[in-house]
Parts: sequence; C-alpha cells; structure tokens
Amino acid sequence: MIGQLIMSGIVAGSIYALVALAMSLTYKSSEVANFAQGEMGMFSTYVAFVMLATYQLPFWMAFIGSLLFAFLLGLFLHFAIIRRAKNPNVLNLLIITLGFQVFLYGLVGWKWGSEQRVLKIPISQTETVEFAGLTISQLNLATILVAILLMASIYILLRFTKLGLAIKATQQNQTAAKINGIPTKLIVAITFGISSVIGAVAGILMAPITTLDPNMMIEPMLKGFAAAVLGGFNNLAGVVAGAFILGIVENLFGFYVSTEFKSIVAFLIIVIVLYFKPSGLFGTHYTRKV
Amino acid sequence: MFYAMPNNVLLWNFRFFLKTFNLFALDKRISYFEDISLLKDNSVKRWSFLCLLLFGLVPFVLAEYQVFIANLVLVNVIIVLGLNVLIGNTGQISLGHGGFVAIGAYMTVILDEQWLPFLPSLILAGFVAALFGFILGIPALKLEGPYLAVATLGFGLAITTIIGRMPFFGGHMGIIPPPLKVLGMEMTSNTHFYYLCLSIALLMGVFARLLIRSKIGRAFSAIRDSDIAASSLGVNVVWYKTMSFAFSAFYAGVGGGIWAYVLGFISPGNFTPVLSILLLSMVVVGGSGSITGSILGATVITLLNLQGEKIQELPLIGPFFEWVSAHYMSISGLPNINFVFMGLTVILIILFEPLGLFGIWLRIKIYFKTWPF
Repeated sequence: MIGQLIMSGIVAGSIYALVALAMSLTYKSSEVANFAQGEMGMFSTYVAFVMLATYQLPFWMAFIGSLLFAFLLGLFLHFAIIRRAKNPNVLNLLIITLGFQVFLYGLVGWKWGSEQRVLKIPISQTETVEFAGLTISQLNLATILVAILLMASIYILLRFTKLGLAIKATQQNQTAAKINGIPTKLIVAITFGISSVIGAVAGILMAPITTLDPNMMIEPMLKGFAAAVLGGFNNLAGVVAGAFILGIVENLFGFYVSTEFKSIVAFLIIVIVLYFKPSGLFGTHYTRKV
Repeated sequence: MFYAMPNNVLLWNFRFFLKTFNLFALDKRISYFEDISLLKDNSVKRWSFLCLLLFGLVPFVLAEYQVFIANLVLVNVIIVLGLNVLIGNTGQISLGHGGFVAIGAYMTVILDEQWLPFLPSLILAGFVAALFGFILGIPALKLEGPYLAVATLGFGLAITTIIGRMPFFGGHMGIIPPPLKVLGMEMTSNTHFYYLCLSIALLMGVFARLLIRSKIGRAFSAIRDSDIAASSLGVNVVWYKTMSFAFSAFYAGVGGGIWAYVLGFISPGNFTPVLSILLLSMVVVGGSGSITGSILGATVITLLNLQGEKIQELPLIGPFFEWVSAHYMSISGLPNINFVFMGLTVILIILFEPLGLFGIWLRIKIYFKTWPF
C-alpha cells in the first residue's frame, strides 16, 4: 500500500517538478518569479487541443506545435512585457507576471469558455502496467517518464551545450557575461521560452488527469512554486527533489491523516522548513550587500 | 499691478480660487511640524473638506447597486491602506492577506451574533487578526522575495481551508451575518452601510497617515530601504517587522468585518488566494507607499474586477469588441472580458509608471507646479 501511495506521490511530484523547474529557471536568470507560468502552460495546452480537435492533426504534430507556441509565448513575455518595464523592482515584476496570468486566463475563457474539455491523447488512462508489484496506469507511467526525460534533457542542455553554458553564465553574473560577448538579453529570453515549454509539457500531461479548463493549472502552479521554494529556489536539483518530496508527503498525509487537509499540508511543511532553513532545503544561503 | 487692481469680479473670483485651492503651489515649508502635519497646508485642508463633502453626497447621486459597489470599494480601501504599509513602507510582501480578511470577517460575525455589539466585535476581530499577523510575522523575519511570498500564500490557504472544514464556522455553506446595529441605529440599506464604511475608512486612513509620519513609520521605511543598516542605527528590526505585519493584519481584519455585512453572506470561497492577489495588485497599481495610491488602486481594481464586463456597453469600443468577439473569439458575447482588461491594465500601468497611479498624479502635480517650464 505504501509503495502504491509513494508511486502516486511521484506522479504528482513530477508535475510539480516540471512547474518548479520552469519557475526556478526564469527566476535564476532574471529574478522574476513568473506567476504566469501555469497559465502559459494552460494556454499552450489549449493550442494543442485546437490542433487535435479542430484541425484533426496527429498527436505528435499537435504536441510539437503547442511546444513551439509555448516557446514563442515565453519569448513574447520577455521581449514585449518584462523587458519593457522601466527600472523594475522585484515586486513590480511579480505583479506584471500576475497581470499576464489574469490576462491569459481571461483570453482563454473568452475564446474557449470555461466548460471542461477533453484532451485526447494516445495513451490510455485505464490500462495499467504491473511494475515491481505496483500497479500504475499507462498515463501515470508516461507522466513520470516524460518528466524524467525532460529533466534529463534540461540537465544535458545546461551541462554539455554552449547555450547551456551561456545560460549559466548569465544566471551567475549578467555584466560579466555581457563583457564576454554573450547576448544576455537574448539568452534570458530563451530561458523564458524554455521555461514556457516545460510548463506546456506539464499542462499537456496534466490535462488528461484532471480536465482541460481555464482553472486547470492554478493548483499545480501554486504547488510547483511552493515545491521550488521548499527545495531552494536557486538550486535546480534541489527544486526537483523538493517537488518529489512534496508530492510524496502530500499523498502519504492524505491517506494516513486526513484527505481534507491534504492540499494545505504542503504549505504548512514549507512554513516550518523555511523557519529553520530560510533558503529552502537545498538552496545555498544568499548573502546580501548592506 | 495685477494683484493691486481686481477690477473684474470674474478675475477676482479666479484669484480667490487660486489662492484657496492651489494644490500646485510650490512647497514653502518653514518648520518640521509642517512636514509631519496631517494636512500639508490650508489649500490641502480645503480640498480634503471638499472631497469629503463630495464623498458624502455620493449615495444621493448613485443608484442602489452602484452604492453597493462603492461600499465594496471602500472596504477594499481599508484593507489596502494596511497592506500598503506592509508592502510599500516596510518592503515586505504578502500573498496571504485573504486569510486575515477571513479571520476578521468570521470573528466579527460570530462575536456580533453571540456576545458583543458590532463596533466592539469589529475592533476585537481586528486585534485577533493582528495577533495572527504577529504570529505570521515571526517566520517572515528571516524570509524575503519568493520565500516570503510562498510562506504567506500558504498561511492564507491554510486559514481558508481550516475555516471551510469547521462546522463552527458554517463550513462550505458559509454564514449569514445578523442584522447590523451600530450605536443603537439599525443599518438596513446600502446607503447606511456606505456612511459606516466611509467613516471607518476615513478614520483608518487618518490613522495610517499619522502612523507613517511618526517614529514607527520612519522605522518601517528604514527597514524597507535596508534592514541591516536600520538595525545598525538602533531600529529594532524584529519588533517593527512583526508590528508591520500585525498592523496590516488589523486593517485587513477590520475591512473583512465590514465586508461580511456589506455582502450579507460569507463563505470560505470569498477568501481564496485570488483575493490576496487582487489586494496585492491594488497596492502596486495604486502606488506602493502612498495613501492616495491605496485609494486610487483599490478603486480602479475593484471597479475593473466588478464592472469590467460593462465594457461592451461603452460607445464605439463596445461594438468593436463585440465584432472582434463574434468574428474571431467566441459566439457567446464577451465572456471573461473583465479578466482580459484587468490583466492588461495592470501590466500597462506598471510598465509605463512604476510608481502606479500615484506616480501619474505626482507627474501632473509637478508639471503644474513648474508650469510654464
């Protein structure tokens, strides 16, 4: 039983991990905690839905198309909105992303209404796979696998490619990176694009589990943000670990203690953890200038 | 000379107007007391009096439903006044103010129903909210940025969930406040509520302004600018930070208490994180760290949130959007258009004026002060 619970915790955790990873990537490069992340993923999922339902495209084309759209949306957010802010401070940037979130929410509600839709994907939700004594539906298995695949590719991107090196340099010190010939603004924009793509994957994975409606990504977004903070916002591996911890603890708590308080236990844990470790479980402690 | 010969009544009247109501006169402060006074000079005093008179006349002009909206605006003004002290003056961030509003609302209703008259229960509820603010302030001492945002967000969610599960608070069904009686007077219509809200908002506004002008307010600003520098100057950072949380929670509690009566019904669904986010955007859109900004921000965002769908009734713009909607977006009118406009307004205001609506007002003022240059 406990194995089964941990398994479903991992499934929830992998969605949180994707959102958390996306938020943490943009935060590291631009100090913006992007609250529109979830809604951007939701919008991209709707784009996939339109390609599948209205234009009858095969799934892989719709998938790639929506990821492409998500990338452009991320670039748009950075180039058209965040870059345009005059001498921004952290709070103003946060409110801008909140405004963008509300805007996207309204736009999707305007275009597609708030009724619940079904995103048809070629992976079954009812057929199960036996795995080391545990039963898991194909969809959940696919969720975990896709999440792990995506995280691995982000790792490879950051560790072994020139673009990843540029992203890391920009995150560490923008001025020094610029002096060394890195087009930092473009790199930050690309980071936003990549984050948006990760969010879109989370949305597409999320849609069959719940249903496709404008409220779909609000809770995963908050949980993902919380998970990122739990793991330490500036440590990507820590963020992913925080997300899995959150998913598993939440599921165990929901089964053994109370399902009613399942959704808030995460936040209580975080408040307690932050009280003892203000920069998260695995985050490096930040030092400030006086 | 011009000043010597007012040979024209119209000109004389104009001069009288300029002298008595000139908000744009250059500052000629001569003592420290003028700097810390509640109202800067006589013209400001006269303007405040005029504004108050206008606010008092509002229920005679507006329809019943519009007065209801005005009440909601005033309630939000009260809450945002406190939140602005926390965000704009102390430099902390809170995504959990909906929780304090919920505490205030439920406490007021329950106390009023069973034990106390309305005003004492409102004040007591404010203090209970302040106590919770104090408690939240303790872990918040070490946190900043996104960490603080998540901690406060979690607090707000936890409060709403706990209230929603407890039968004592009416659970998900919510509770209905008893008929309102203030100092022996029965309050039945929205107009009565309006005067109640207005007087409480006025009191709270004056109090917030006095607080900002005092030693405490200067300690808050010092913490916002640099808490390490502040503590090295002898400001007790722990005390003032938690106090700032408690102060803003008090405002949220009082605002929540009145909100319950204005709405006539409260349930946990009223106090979601969306409320906290709305309050936060009111502060930033209005202009952080300013009382005028709080009022402007609360008004604009509340109206956009509640009346945003009225956009289709405007001339020219309304038909245009309906045309766009019918051709490209949706066949069923303009659903959710208020969210689109609210998001756009928030983004545009912050992009073009980081100080918010208060910044726009400042610019107008400076333009006229130095006119014609």
